Amino acid sequence: MLLSVEDLTLEAGGRRPILRDVALQVRRGEIVGLVGESGSGKSTIARAVLRLLPQGARVSGRVLVGGEDVLTMDDARLRALRASDVSMIYQDPRSSLNPVRRIGDFLTERMILTLGRPAAEARSRAAELLAAVGMRDPERRLRQYPHELSGGMLQRVVIAAALAADPALILADEATSALDVTTQAETLALLRTVQAERGLGMLFITHDLHLASAFCDRVHVLYAGTVVESRPAADLFADPRHPYTAGLLGCTPELGDPRPLRPIPGRPPSLDDLLPGCPFSPRCPHAEAECETWAPRPVAVEGGVAACRLIPVAVQERSPV
Amino acid sequence: MKPDSPVLRGEPDVGDAPSGPGQAPAPPGQAPAFPGRGRRRIAALVGAGPVGSRLASVFLAVVVLCAILAPLAAPYRPDAIDFAVSLSPATPEHLLGADQSGRDLLSRVMYGARTSLIGPLVLLAVASVVGVAIGTLAAWSRGWVDAVLSRVTDVMYAFPGLLFVVLVVAVFGNGMTTAVLALGLAYAPTIAKYTRSIAITECAKPYIDAYRVQGMGSLAICVRHLIPNLARSLVGYLVVLFGEGLMSLATLSFLGFGAQPPSSDWGLMVKEGQAAIVQGAFLPVLVPGAAIALVVVSFNVIGVRLADRLGTRRL
Amino acid sequence: MALRVARKLAGLVATLLATSFIIFGAAYAAPGDPVTFLAGGKENLTPEYLAAVRAQYHLDDPFSVQYGRWLWDALNGDLGRSFQYNDEVLDLLAARLPTTLGLVAYATVLFVVIGVALGVLAAVRGGRTDSTVVAGTTFATSVPPFVAATALISVFGVQLGWFPVAGGGSFTHLTLPAITLALGAVAIISRVTRQAMVEQRELDHVTVARASGLAERLIVVRHVFRGALGPVVTMCGLVSAGMLAGTVTVETVFGLSGIGSLLVGAINTHDFPVTQAVLLLMVVAYITVTTLVELAQPLIDPRARIERSRA
Repeated sequence: MLLSVEDLTLEAGGRRPILRDVALQVRRGEIVGLVGESGSGKSTIARAVLRLLPQGARVSGRVLVGGEDVLTMDDARLRALRASDVSMIYQDPRSSLNPVRRIGDFLTERMILTLGRPAAEARSRAAELLAAVGMRDPERRLRQYPHELSGGMLQRVVIAAALAADPALILADEATSALDVTTQAETLALLRTVQAERGLGMLFITHDLHLASAFCDRVHVLYAGTVVESRPAADLFADPRHPYTAGLLGCTPELGDPRPLRPIPGRPPSLDDLLPGCPFSPRCPHAEAECETWAPRPVAVEGGVAACRLIPVAVQERSPV
Repeated sequence: MKPDSPVLRGEPDVGDAPSGPGQAPAPPGQAPAFPGRGRRRIAALVGAGPVGSRLASVFLAVVVLCAILAPLAAPYRPDAIDFAVSLSPATPEHLLGADQSGRDLLSRVMYGARTSLIGPLVLLAVASVVGVAIGTLAAWSRGWVDAVLSRVTDVMYAFPGLLFVVLVVAVFGNGMTTAVLALGLAYAPTIAKYTRSIAITECAKPYIDAYRVQGMGSLAICVRHLIPNLARSLVGYLVVLFGEGLMSLATLSFLGFGAQPPSSDWGLMVKEGQAAIVQGAFLPVLVPGAAIALVVVSFNVIGVRLADRLGTRRL
Repeated sequence: MALRVARKLAGLVATLLATSFIIFGAAYAAPGDPVTFLAGGKENLTPEYLAAVRAQYHLDDPFSVQYGRWLWDALNGDLGRSFQYNDEVLDLLAARLPTTLGLVAYATVLFVVIGVALGVLAAVRGGRTDSTVVAGTTFATSVPPFVAATALISVFGVQLGWFPVAGGGSFTHLTLPAITLALGAVAIISRVTRQAMVEQRELDHVTVARASGLAERLIVVRHVFRGALGPVVTMCGLVSAGMLAGTVTVETVFGLSGIGSLLVGAINTHDFPVTQAVLLLMVVAYITVTTLVELAQPLIDPRARIERSRA
């Protein structure tokens, strides 16, 4: 197992934990999706994998990368892990690059300063990587500044930088959300190619359930810091078991689908909402009084788990709709 | 409604970055400028916290009382010469010692509080009348009036304030009146710039348009509604400027351009006491110097506290 | 790029013209006959002397001609004669400028090194170090230079006897004045540095660098401090430009014979040609330095290179 998150709970000041008993696995060569609304804690999971925790956070559980617990390792090992085992790709490529340093500096910094490669070697490797992510004239790009490149090109640079250390695991945090639709498609294709070529494990974080089902092998749906459903992408899309997953699918329009749009009522919970029972119960169309006190736990369903008290009742009730 | 957004037009300032009046203070648990951990301790140390600013207020109140009651409370006349006690150290007769001519330092510093406090007050009055008028006019009319006024204030900005005052003093002669007026003019561009930036934000608010729609004249809106709404932010700003003004005036007096003997202005007292340092008598310099420093620190502490409460923090 | 420089230089010239006009015209704002004023405002002046003054200032010409001539002469290094010293003003300046420049250079080195170091320390260490630096700088900005100077003289000059109390010439003579001059500047620079570093630290690319396993020390040097450099350099430039005016006080307190004390003396003896010349020199230096700082911005921040030329 490449990445294994076990019972990860993270609190940082709010009235409820940011993450509650999160469990997820990523195997080598597998793309795992992590879907949720903003504030659901999906970025926090990715950052926890690199132990980039919010200030004053209290954590319990384990985050194992290649069998080693990231949360307890010493600082030197942690730096080594960040430098060579795990890479992260961020939402906004423009803010992930230091605006006053050249593209070349950004690409070689990690190779030279953390992996100790000679500068000349790092530079030629950087040019190779830029070519590998489909950028023309890589030598010239290396000398340019971030503001001279478009958002799509910058995201390619960020992907190239992520590949620089030959990591085994890539964390893509909304890696395409800030891009134009066409650029988005190119970037997704590129991610898919480099992932397949190198047999990487990838944690793909997005707020777009459709995108996740199309792109990933397995998908975890996150709500208020809790994984509410976790199943193979195709199953999840065809037959959502948790009412929240169903609600998410119900509120995106689809071509040729006569169903009316059904937005989920209510608002996403904030960190100051105390949620003793199922976190989705205040917005759930099927909620019963007991749901408000039922501590969510995964229930086995076809291909994976879902955390709903009403399974299989919810499924039966939902089918006639 | 003017099409250009005030946020985009607002000039980035190096020195002062007002974030607009009436802005709600940051919600609890979210420190805007400082990292959370050091902040409370800084506050306690500098005295920016409630305790510090209360202390500063009490101190200033004492200073003001001393200034008002100087004729009743001071043990001696400020200009009573007694060579027998020349450079006397602190004694029961002269609690803070005496200067070279044997004048009682406590009495002098109490009387000196009068000039040292009234000076900056007048200075700020002059500066804020001119500055607020220019700033409001620029923010209200925009267009070429704004452009011209901004250029003029920019040129005045380019002229280091002290040099402008020195030029005025060179031409019109030394003296407290000249110094105060010149400093007032030198401070006006700063206030104009600040007023302009907050007035632009305020002008964009709907209530101003509402009055305009009701057919109220520009002058009436500015004087009766706009300026009173700016007052809160301006007062916080002026409190800090008061400390600076006091420092500048004292500096001018020290250079011999401001208050003239036998005044007991604090800056002048330092100048006159300087000769005694070499003889090992520090009180004639220490007493007025400490008075200046403490009063300025107090104003800064209160100013920071006010700015914190109003959500307008200067660097 | 060239256009931007040209525009900046044009602005520089315009501001210089405006200020030189103010400095020249000030003589005419004085109450009474400019001749009396220019002659030093003394009562018992012989007609010959007044005629000489009138001739030196060409007071019979129209005002604009006088200004043009004065400006032309000033550009050619002819700043007139001092009434007090009966000497060429240029020679006076030349004799006293080295002291002042030495003082300003000394103070600049002090405030840049100490100010930046304190600011970085406060931002990186946080906690008690941070509070101490912030508290110290708040206090330092509240003490006027002449008070600080007298305190320094009392302690280090008289009590401890480490430094000479007055007079000039040597490095040790300049130490206390330079510290005085640098004191307020250290406060400003350390606060600007600290604030800029705190802001930079919050930026995404710093997290990205951390996530790529870079050591904390390298993150501070290569990303946080590098990003904060823009405001810090700008502020250092502005502060050192203003420092020339600050020498007026400091030179007077320490009895240094530089152009600051020359100015004070000139005003007190109504020596207007010297006053004009020193003011002109100080303002020219101030405006030139601030313009240079602005022009240097693109060297620090590559984004400024295109944004400005587009504007």
